[in-house]
Amino acid sequence: MKMTATLTAALLATTVWATMAAAQTDLSMWYHGAGNPKEAAVLQTIIDDFNASQSDWLVAVESFPQESYNDSVVAAALAGNLPDIIDVDGPVMPNWAWSGYLQPLQIDETKIENFLPGPKGYWDGKLYSIGLWDAAVALVTRQSILDDLGLRTPTLEQPWTQEEFMGALEAAKATGTYDYPLDLGMAWTGEWYPYAFSPFLQSFGGDLVDRSTYLTAEGALNGDAAMAFGEWWQGLFANDLAPGTSQDPAARETGFQDGKYAFSWNGNWAAKNILETFDDTVFLPAPDFGAGPKIGAASWQFGVSSASKHPDGASAFIEFALQDKYLADFSNAIGLIPPTASAAQMTENYKDGGPMAVFYDLTKAQALVRPVTPGYVVEAKVFEKALADIANGADVADTLDAATDEINADIERNSGYGHSE
Amino acid sequence: MTSKLTTSNRAGWAFALPGFGLIALFIVIPFFFAFYLSLTNQRLISPNPTEFVGLKNYDNLLSIGVLTIEPERDDSGAIVRDDNGVPEYPRVRGFTRNNPDYPQFDGMREWFRWQSGDTAKVVVASDVVFWKSLWNTVKFVIVVAPVQAGLALCLALLINQRLRGINVYRAIYFMPVVVSIVVVSLLWRFLYSPDNGLLNNMLHGLSFGLFEPHDWLGNPDTALGSIMAMSIWQAVGFHMVIWLAGLQTISPSLYEAASIEGASKWQTFRYVTWPGLRNTAVLVLIVITMQAFALFAQIDVMTNGGPLDSTTTLVFQTVERGYGKQDISGGATISVILFLLVLSISLIQRFLTRER
Repeated sequence: MKMTATLTAALLATTVWATMAAAQTDLSMWYHGAGNPKEAAVLQTIIDDFNASQSDWLVAVESFPQESYNDSVVAAALAGNLPDIIDVDGPVMPNWAWSGYLQPLQIDETKIENFLPGPKGYWDGKLYSIGLWDAAVALVTRQSILDDLGLRTPTLEQPWTQEEFMGALEAAKATGTYDYPLDLGMAWTGEWYPYAFSPFLQSFGGDLVDRSTYLTAEGALNGDAAMAFGEWWQGLFANDLAPGTSQDPAARETGFQDGKYAFSWNGNWAAKNILETFDDTVFLPAPDFGAGPKIGAASWQFGVSSASKHPDGASAFIEFALQDKYLADFSNAIGLIPPTASAAQMTENYKDGGPMAVFYDLTKAQALVRPVTPGYVVEAKVFEKALADIANGADVADTLDAATDEINADIERNSGYGHSE
Repeated sequence: MTSKLTTSNRAGWAFALPGFGLIALFIVIPFFFAFYLSLTNQRLISPNPTEFVGLKNYDNLLSIGVLTIEPERDDSGAIVRDDNGVPEYPRVRGFTRNNPDYPQFDGMREWFRWQSGDTAKVVVASDVVFWKSLWNTVKFVIVVAPVQAGLALCLALLINQRLRGINVYRAIYFMPVVVSIVVVSLLWRFLYSPDNGLLNNMLHGLSFGLFEPHDWLGNPDTALGSIMAMSIWQAVGFHMVIWLAGLQTISPSLYEAASIEGASKWQTFRYVTWPGLRNTAVLVLIVITMQAFALFAQIDVMTNGGPLDSTTTLVFQTVERGYGKQDISGGATISVILFLLVLSISLIQRFLTRER
């Protein structure tokens, strides 16, 4: 009897001890930013704060280089080894959600009601991912260049029209001091093309795919608006207004600072360096080609993998990370746009009167997310090739027709990607 | 022979097993798997079930036809001509897009065209990019195989001498082979750069400023040629070493006999060296041909298949479709076609170079 009691007590003690040790359940997390110590430091601060703030969860992060991150996630998903928390590029999110890599977040949505629309990853009516920052693109130039060329400074309320924009480029070309008037960043192949250039198409009134159904690109990518866009796009290169697809990557990085270009279509991540070179740098809003000025939105965001056994813990971590101070930390460390106005006020660059505050306003006023569909991954590739071909002199109508057909064939092969009439 | 292989050779089979096993695991099985995938609509990632689609993928890739287009005529029936007297034709998209009179050409695109009298013959294909990449690959092989083999033989003959410091030259010629092809491609991208590339600067200097800088990789007419030149330079050292090995198997006594007979240098090469290199030549040609068909890294790093598909190749398209566009079945289809192509060319080469 006594023996049993001792045994029971021992067993009880062991169980309690074991439960206490396991009180903090491990959560694994993957991140795309390996190789950037500043970014890693901010993320680690959030993780440490979260682990210390409660006793249920223990988050540990593993970082991957951005170039191989998506491949790693796909491979892990096929092998069934996904971690609990993953980060995902905004436009890719619907593809991963549709493929079953992600599960909807369990986050109190009042926490994100002040967020810019870009960082909120909705698919199929559910929130799958949320970003701690956004990114924006602007037409970078210098006040002195605008003054020399006698140009009106465009504003958010009154952006340049197509005529004004082309007039500005022609005026810059006429001076003869620049290699090219406009640097579009053609050297940056990959996601830059759809991210930076599809807003031009949308500003003309076209799109990658018909967003009312997401089932066809017919009419959107090869309609009259898209044809007008294509002719305009081809003209930029045919008339030597912008360097083409063989632009030297080094010229893209420093060409504007070296005075090779009068205008540069560039992202907020490059703004810091340019500001350091020229103190009269100005960031102009996108021109309006008829259907309103547009720029791209959505950057990397956090989500919970479908393999996670503790979606509540994973969501708790993501919710914890949404505090203004962390949003501001990320912005201060790597120059990203904070997703809330209150966080923006806490940063050096985006507070009222800050040197990059204009990007916050640009995002708010002009941003349009890329098509929210699992098919975007393919649409982006097709669009990139079409733009490169048109820039190199391919027939506009034939190229856009071919791109339309390829996108439609892909949608058909995937039985509509879950969209229905 | 058969009985010897199968019965009394256990040790031999045991030694061969790791090799056979690895070849089966990584080459034979994946090939059959690719063949199976090319008959389905398999995606890289998708919640939809994989369906068997028969030969649809092959049909999509290979469909091709010739469309005859009559020139535009005005109201009086006369042919409309532009300022140079060339007849004007209606656009191809009028025939290939939603035109019930030409259902066989629906969704096809123009590949190239020629003139026959006043009518235009337009070759249209459902997958023009595939045909262009096939044609580019064939062009690449036709140029690279003989030029690279010939150049490698010249280098091998040059360094097959007993001179002081000859090893320095052997090392120099072999160096590009041991450098990663990705690094080499990046370096050549700088050499070919349109702005301040070394090649443009050099030609500019040598021609006393007459040469205008040229956009080597950005111009559809020179892009593939530039990649050919770079590829030949990069791998020539490897084949030089194989030639060299062949040269050193030729017995010196044959050369001695030739010189006693009073043979000229050319006669020595033609009647002693070349017959002695027969087997080496077969090997070098087959290896270069196969390597040339697998052209990928240079394209991926230097041009991405552009400009205007002038440098896209079969292997590049396989990766681009299978991985980039998540269309595994489409990529598998191209790789099966490539396999059949390389196989038949190797068999033809074997037949032509057989022992008679």
